[in-house]
Amino acid sequence: MLLSLEGATVRFGGRAVLDAVDLGVAEHEVVCVLGPSGSGKSTLLRAVAGLQPLDAGRVTLDGRDQAGVPAHKREVGLMFQDHQLFPQRDVAGNIAFGPRMRGASRAEQRQRVGELLELVGLPGAARRSVAALSGGEQQRVALARALAPRPRLLMLDEPLGQLDRSLRERLVVELRELFGRLGTTVLAVTHDQGEAFALADRVVVMRDGRIAQSGTPLQVWQRPADAFVARFLGFDNVIDATVTGQAADTPWGKVPVPEDAPQGPRTLLVRPAGVRLVPADAGLRCTVTARTFRGTHVAVHLQPEGAPRLEAACALRAAPEAGDTVGVEFDVAEIVVLG
Amino acid sequence: MAVPVAFFAVFFAYPVAAIVARGLEVDGAWRFGRIGDVLAQPDVRHVLWFTTWQALASTALTLLIALPAAYVFARLDFPGKQFLRAVVTVPFVLPTVVVGTAFLALVGRGGLLDELWGVRLDTTVWAILLAHVFFNYAVVVRTVGGLWSQLDPRQEEAARMLGASRLTAWRQVTLPALAPAVAAAALMVFLFTFTSFGVVQILGGPTFSTLEVEIYRQTSQVFDLSTAAVLTLVQFAAVAAVLAVHAWTVRRRETALRLVDASVTVRRPRGAGQWALLGGVLVTVAGLVLLPLAVLVQRSLGAPGFGYYRALTREDGGAFLVPPVDAIGNSLQYAVAATAIAVVIGGLAATALTRRDAGRFVRGFDALLMLPLGVSAVTVGFGFLIALDEPPLDLRSSWILVPLAQALVGVPFVVRTMLPVLRAVDVRLREAAAVLGASPWRVWREVDLPMVRRALLVAAGFAFAVSLGEFGATVFIARPDNPTLPVAVARLLGRPGDMNYGQAMALSTILMVVCAVALVVLERLRTDRTGEF
Repeated sequence: MLLSLEGATVRFGGRAVLDAVDLGVAEHEVVCVLGPSGSGKSTLLRAVAGLQPLDAGRVTLDGRDQAGVPAHKREVGLMFQDHQLFPQRDVAGNIAFGPRMRGASRAEQRQRVGELLELVGLPGAARRSVAALSGGEQQRVALARALAPRPRLLMLDEPLGQLDRSLRERLVVELRELFGRLGTTVLAVTHDQGEAFALADRVVVMRDGRIAQSGTPLQVWQRPADAFVARFLGFDNVIDATVTGQAADTPWGKVPVPEDAPQGPRTLLVRPAGVRLVPADAGLRCTVTARTFRGTHVAVHLQPEGAPRLEAACALRAAPEAGDTVGVEFDVAEIVVLG
Repeated sequence: MAVPVAFFAVFFAYPVAAIVARGLEVDGAWRFGRIGDVLAQPDVRHVLWFTTWQALASTALTLLIALPAAYVFARLDFPGKQFLRAVVTVPFVLPTVVVGTAFLALVGRGGLLDELWGVRLDTTVWAILLAHVFFNYAVVVRTVGGLWSQLDPRQEEAARMLGASRLTAWRQVTLPALAPAVAAAALMVFLFTFTSFGVVQILGGPTFSTLEVEIYRQTSQVFDLSTAAVLTLVQFAAVAAVLAVHAWTVRRRETALRLVDASVTVRRPRGAGQWALLGGVLVTVAGLVLLPLAVLVQRSLGAPGFGYYRALTREDGGAFLVPPVDAIGNSLQYAVAATAIAVVIGGLAATALTRRDAGRFVRGFDALLMLPLGVSAVTVGFGFLIALDEPPLDLRSSWILVPLAQALVGVPFVVRTMLPVLRAVDVRLREAAAVLGASPWRVWREVDLPMVRRALLVAAGFAFAVSLGEFGATVFIARPDNPTLPVAVARLLGRPGDMNYGQAMALSTILMVVCAVALVVLERLRTDRTGEF
């Protein structure tokens, strides 16, 4: 492991912002920490960078304990959420800052600036003022600056947080490609699941300073560890149920579950695609309260009688109008019994 | 942090305590009963009453005259605005002695108004009040106008959209937002006028006397130290109370508002009302600020062929042991030394105050640093003489005594100028530099220094101007053969005859020019107007 945290704990006024976190990042791996704001993900990065002292536990880089190593000697890169470019320096001055601190000669600095501007797709921007850069350009310069001293580990704090949607989608692909090409080891944090899934080899979901789940994007998406992770990923059809054999008792009635499902009182996730709309006289009777166009499908919000709401995904053609009465059946392939 | 604390302990708290002790301690016993005795004297009560009401009246008058100007400078765009802004600030950095002299030349015996219409105001309180308005005009214009120019006009627009009339919108939205700045400015003006010395010394004559002037009289002429000590304590208590209120309003102002860039809120005047306002402000500036300064210059040229100026170089053994012109050299040397001390001490204090882990003690120090502005400078000066006269601190005969006293007054300005800028440096910018491999020292050099360089220069300029004009403390400790400019002016004014009067005008003009030049240089350096001065 290039980076490992063991029992890392940070308390702010008695509250544990980072609560005994164990995490490892292997060389060339891209790990993305995903969590809502306040889950402790930024503190995690600051602890690794040496900007936030640990109250307990340890951080090791290349097997070496980093306790007592100040931030400027850790040789890790950190790209700040709002970039924090130095306003009084131009683009080249920002990128050359790290190499200069490490004693690079002027010629080396100039060469490195050129390489990196090429790499991030801003050739010829060296003399521009950072105040004149657009949001996307600032993001690229910040990335170049973080990469310039060749850090052992690159950390990104909400790397694309402030950019507009189309730019974000394009940049996330570029970043993924770039890290693959350079073999950079990356630890990123974000609250945006799309960003995390697109960027990471491995996703770590955090909640209240603890790790709720860790796995490949596919694993996390397919089998959320618990109701929190499922809801955080945007699933609303999460409900308490009692599993007996291949069926579960829920407020929505009997719902089929996969063969190997664990038995007893559980939490059930029904993906919207697993909520099939049928004529009103068949299945669970629901009223359509709203429908939202989602591009590839329509999300239909349903209110069953005397039970929590349901969300269904259906094709635009087949979508009922608000106020219609429909029936609902469940598709076992889209149902997950959570931990 | 340790250095500024030690500095203030040795050169401020100790001398002031020493002089208070000297006044209240008789034969090893404390006589707090003296406080009651002194306060019971009708003379003292009269001085206390006059000090308070003239300060209140000066403050009210200053607000009345300067608030429209604050609006004009904040919201209206007109040619020559930058220049005019510098012009109205000149009085604030002028030595009080010069201000007094200028008004003497305007409204005093044989003054301009006397010659034209036979109007003399130097026997009335109006001369003092007008001089105070002249002096503090810029405090209101800058403190209130600085905030006003950054208030988001959309706030008022939002109120208009919700059905408020123009006046109601201003009263309900803008005025509450400005209130803390107005209060802060008013308190500053009150503070400066409450402790006024030079102006009242020159314009007050035998009739009008503030606490500060009375302290000076009691120590240097009547030699009644215990009365002086009691008066010092009274002034100290009043100033401490005012500063506590000031610190509170400043904190409220810092937290509550969302500000926009000043350049988006200004526009050219529109409609008769705004043009009239602009015209009124320009006339006020001409009459109140430019006229006294012009009269001062004109009087200094009263003798043919720059006679008064040439007289300054003569060694006639009159008022001085040295030619008055030597005072210029002395003043500049002292001011340079005082500036260096003030910048180092103030810079260290400001840096300590911006540290994120600054505790309650350190933040309390913030307010304490302002105290020298309000504590009787006369007391400090006299305290220096009696406290710093024995080893290891026998500085009585050392030239450094004067710069030390002057630096005390300069430090608050340095701190006030540096703090907003240092606070504005984003902590994460320093962290970004650290993560990129910069050691703490390099972080300061690469991140902090480039951003505060201008502020540092501005602070140095203020400290320089303030040191140059310092009068209350210097008048005690400057040696007779090494007078500073303000001391020389006061001494010349204290002697009869046209020649001395003319020389005082000439020296004041020189002092004014030096301060004005310093200020113009500052205005060019200054980019942000968020500082308080």
